Amino acid sequence: MRKFYLPLAVLLIFVVIIGGSWLRIFNEYWQLVLLFMGINIILTVSLNLINGYMGEFSVGHAGFMAVGAYVTGILTVWLFAEDKVFGAPILPAAWAIPLFPVALIIGGIAASLVGLLIAIPSFRTRGDYLAIVTLAVNYIVKSAIENMEVIGGPRGFVGMKRVMNNMADVLDVPWLLIWTFIGVIVTILIIRNFVSSTFGKGVEAIREDEIASELMSVNTRRVKVVAFMLSCGLAGLAGGLFAHWPGGYVNPGTFTILKSTEVMVMVYLGGMGSISGSIISAVGFTLLLEVLRPLGVFKWVVIPLLLVVMMLLRPTGILGNKELTDVIPSLRAVFGSEEESYALATD
Amino acid sequence: MPLLQIRELTHWFGGLRAVYDFNLKLEEGELVGLIGPNGAGKTTIFNLVTGAYRPTEGTVQLNGNNLVGLRPHRITAKGIARTFQTIRLWNELTVIDNICIAHASRIQYSLVDSILHGRRYREEERQIKQQAIELLAVFDLADHAQELAKNLPYGAQRRVEIARALATEPRVLLLDEPAAGMNPGEIGELMELIQQIRKDFGLTIWIIEHQMRVIMNICERIKVIDFGKTIAEGTPVEIQNNPRVIEAYLGEEAF
Repeated sequence: MRKFYLPLAVLLIFVVIIGGSWLRIFNEYWQLVLLFMGINIILTVSLNLINGYMGEFSVGHAGFMAVGAYVTGILTVWLFAEDKVFGAPILPAAWAIPLFPVALIIGGIAASLVGLLIAIPSFRTRGDYLAIVTLAVNYIVKSAIENMEVIGGPRGFVGMKRVMNNMADVLDVPWLLIWTFIGVIVTILIIRNFVSSTFGKGVEAIREDEIASELMSVNTRRVKVVAFMLSCGLAGLAGGLFAHWPGGYVNPGTFTILKSTEVMVMVYLGGMGSISGSIISAVGFTLLLEVLRPLGVFKWVVIPLLLVVMMLLRPTGILGNKELTDVIPSLRAVFGSEEESYALATD
Repeated sequence: MPLLQIRELTHWFGGLRAVYDFNLKLEEGELVGLIGPNGAGKTTIFNLVTGAYRPTEGTVQLNGNNLVGLRPHRITAKGIARTFQTIRLWNELTVIDNICIAHASRIQYSLVDSILHGRRYREEERQIKQQAIELLAVFDLADHAQELAKNLPYGAQRRVEIARALATEPRVLLLDEPAAGMNPGEIGELMELIQQIRKDFGLTIWIIEHQMRVIMNICERIKVIDFGKTIAEGTPVEIQNNPRVIEAYLGEEAF
């Protein structure tokens, strides 16, 4: 029975969030906060694979988010909405509902391909040097978008609002929140399952000692390519979701080093190599930004100060490299662990 | 045909000739020692054979198959495993994970399986874990399975390293100073352990060691190098009486 608790809990959260948004119990502001929470969870958990589990230092996560945002956004606008660049929609608006996740996946794949730009240099370099490569990729993506006039250049790209409105016209449910929720669950499952497999543990072996890993039969190049592509692809998924936010536009200025830093802060705040830590810190950090909103620009004085205090008191982040179930063992009754489910299966 | 054959192996680090014209034939089941003064090039030879460095010249063949130019994990998969002079475990991982990860080259399930955790994945992971537990039992480490590798005492870490090398299912095991830092009691146990795994796993062993007690007692054949060149080869008794060896390396102190 135990193994059904977690799916039930997830289902309950889903019903509360989506039901609450659908019935307008959560107003538009809170729906927006929930959306950003979801997107931040995807970004943080995915970056944790590189910066936490693999011990590399990627400072350009927003670049991959940008690729996903633009590819998905352009695709949905081109296919499903009237647009001054692309003209009349190619497909009827109702098709947007089943094809929206496909567009998200394509955005993710595009971002993971750009991820090869850092995966391949990582064969030969690591640490600070690889960090510079990731920073460069962030700037390449941002500058490339800024110089493409067709998609709005530095002014940004619009039209996604019409896609979302078309979808809502067919069936009025909070589509974006639904797909964000599914995206969060898929991301957590992918990363958790990957790092718990013997193949995926190669990622941690690389962090501990790369040369020993290669000599002890870990195909380090393959593991790195997979890890970078997974992580960047999921960042692209987050970008694709973000592109359809109620504001209805994306512009290159969103995907700067500042955004990448924000994601990194969330990873280190939660704990490197801890998925539950990443989730907690992404939710907490998003809320913190909102709570401190009245301070205006001074929140960027208070938040870094809180970070400094946090790093002094707990340098490993909220959970360190442990999971919530390690810290509070009684939670295992709810979440269960893989080993236990094996035991249950073989009993 | 010899199991491992090395011919005319030469390696330059820039202008420094670290290994010069090294030759070796290892027959199946042999236990051969490699000794020489510090900096003689012993570990470099291991690095060349396992693919960590690519030799400037020369060939390395396992069972007649060329190994030069292959990436290290491919060489390990073909059947050469090693331990390191200074312990290089994955410190922040558990002992059992250290063993399991060394199975990497034999994983059959696909990348998608590793994410979806299907039936085939579960079956394979169960087998890997089972084999790892059995291996830990051989090395008297079963009680430490869930501990982090860094928290083990030194001698136990050395045993984990050997167990991890065996998890790759090698035919040839290269031990790089396994007795370094051990006390005389531990060295005695290590010698027994080496003899036992050689028999139980049908291994061919090639060992670098500074402890003459280990080398002289367990090796059937010893090669001595100095400044990258082979200066002597023979049985322990022959080596002990070889004037060139005594001059270059053993001196008065060691005997």
